[in-house]
Amino acid sequence: MTKLLSMREAIARYVPDGASIAIGLALEALIPHAAAHEIIRQRRRDLTLIGPISDILFDQLIGAGCVAKIQAAWVGNVSEGLGHCYRRATEKAIPRPLITESQSNFTIGLALFAAAMGAPYIPTRSLLGSDIPRHNPNLRVETSPLDGEPVLLVPAIQPDVAIIHVQRSDEEGNAHLWGNTGITQEAMLAARDVIIVAEEIVERAVIISDPNRVLGPAFKVRAVVHEPGGAHPAPVQGYYNRDHAFYHEYHTATRALVGYQEWLQTWILDVPDRAAYLAKLGEQCWQALAVKEHRYAAPVDYGY
Amino acid sequence: MDYTAKELMVVCAARQIQDGERVFVGMRLPLIAFALAKRTHAPNCVGLFESGTLRDTPAEQLLYTMGDAPNITDSLWATSTVNVIGLMATGEINLGFIGGAEIDRYGNLNTSLIGDWQEPHVRLPGSGGGADIASLAQRLAIIIPHERHRLRERVDFVTSPGYGYPDEQGSAGVSWRLRQGLPRGGPSALITTLAVFTFDLATGEALLQSYHPGSSVEEVQAQTGWQLRLAPACAETIPPSAEELAVIRQCDPQGVWTR
Repeated sequence: MTKLLSMREAIARYVPDGASIAIGLALEALIPHAAAHEIIRQRRRDLTLIGPISDILFDQLIGAGCVAKIQAAWVGNVSEGLGHCYRRATEKAIPRPLITESQSNFTIGLALFAAAMGAPYIPTRSLLGSDIPRHNPNLRVETSPLDGEPVLLVPAIQPDVAIIHVQRSDEEGNAHLWGNTGITQEAMLAARDVIIVAEEIVERAVIISDPNRVLGPAFKVRAVVHEPGGAHPAPVQGYYNRDHAFYHEYHTATRALVGYQEWLQTWILDVPDRAAYLAKLGEQCWQALAVKEHRYAAPVDYGY
Repeated sequence: MDYTAKELMVVCAARQIQDGERVFVGMRLPLIAFALAKRTHAPNCVGLFESGTLRDTPAEQLLYTMGDAPNITDSLWATSTVNVIGLMATGEINLGFIGGAEIDRYGNLNTSLIGDWQEPHVRLPGSGGGADIASLAQRLAIIIPHERHRLRERVDFVTSPGYGYPDEQGSAGVSWRLRQGLPRGGPSALITTLAVFTFDLATGEALLQSYHPGSSVEEVQAQTGWQLRLAPACAETIPPSAEELAVIRQCDPQGVWTR
């Protein structure tokens, strides 16, 4: 059964106001910027964002007023530093107040892993002595019943929806992702609903030729969106490189509130969809980010 | 020989890496320090990245982030964050690198906020994997610009635990970490634009190990928010060699991170 939807339709159906969304899960790569832009265009409100570092995606959603709460390890602009919209929201409640529940990359991964395993929490020795658990009511330092030593309990987080960018998927949502995965697989298995955003839609035969590369079961996937270039400015291994200059320009442009509003208008609100965004970016820019030298893996034999 | 403060910091960071070690590589300067160590004194070290990557060769291009495509090409393992930080939780990782906005005399690092939690004066990005590395690696090396407002008696928020603080149960230092339940670790080096510090494991205090060429104990003191204690062999930092500088400039020809 095909689950192919346009990005507009996928967001309209599966990302309601107030939803908790796991997005930007592979750290700097495979960030579903096209999905975030559609969420902003559809003016979603009161979202909870779940992720490790998200690069500038969280910052954009926060600046657009879509977000009530963050459950993340880091919010900013990885190659540039601070996130200006995140600062304005947390320091001055602009455009609205924002609750941050701080995590680390490990604990946010463990929280999703716990949900993926059906466990109420996972214990760890990380973050003992840090102030992070003191200010996150969902992280608890307890005494382990096994050895009487302190232990941090990381409760499960089940996102309403995980939005996952992949290299290729079939129409049912059987998806191949390669490169580092960050906390993508944990989020896919934890989430109630999954939206797959794919660079390419391929035949089922391509997917089942290499089942070890499949991220998770298609029965969790509600929508498959074919969105070439949908991660830009984040990189997609084998498809395009990271657009470092774009992150720098975002950082510079959004320093002041009015600058962010102009950026939002130019790159999101005035752009109907990702195809128009890529056209605005221009062929020259896109060519510069293209893979220069392909490095194919050796084939593996699943024969019997 | 002419070199920048950042190039010297890269050299100091690379010198923390011993041959054969497993190193949790952070962002920016440690990315180049890992490449420098590999190509000079530590050819057998391996690097892990919290994005979920393990490699034993430096990437072929300068990295802006650990998730850049060249850091995946020819890697030894492309996997999950939980797997690589999990390895660190089991004690397998010798050394981790992190940076931060401010640090105190006990090596506690703040990357969360300046001011009060409820009403922060400046909201910083947060832990990322920093608090995990500080909790779980066998040794921790911290890299930070040396300014008086960044090297403080006490940080506003302990994102990444160093050696804690003296309290009613005992002193700061390794004993504080054990009291918290941390399995191992603690800062072994603090590398700044002016100096390198080591730490007294019993008291948790930073000790000035060396001051960089052109600086002095007096200047370091003037830019440090606590009363300095000197390590027994405190001396001038050994400057970069021509070979070290050549490798750094090969890795970062435009000086994106090192100028």
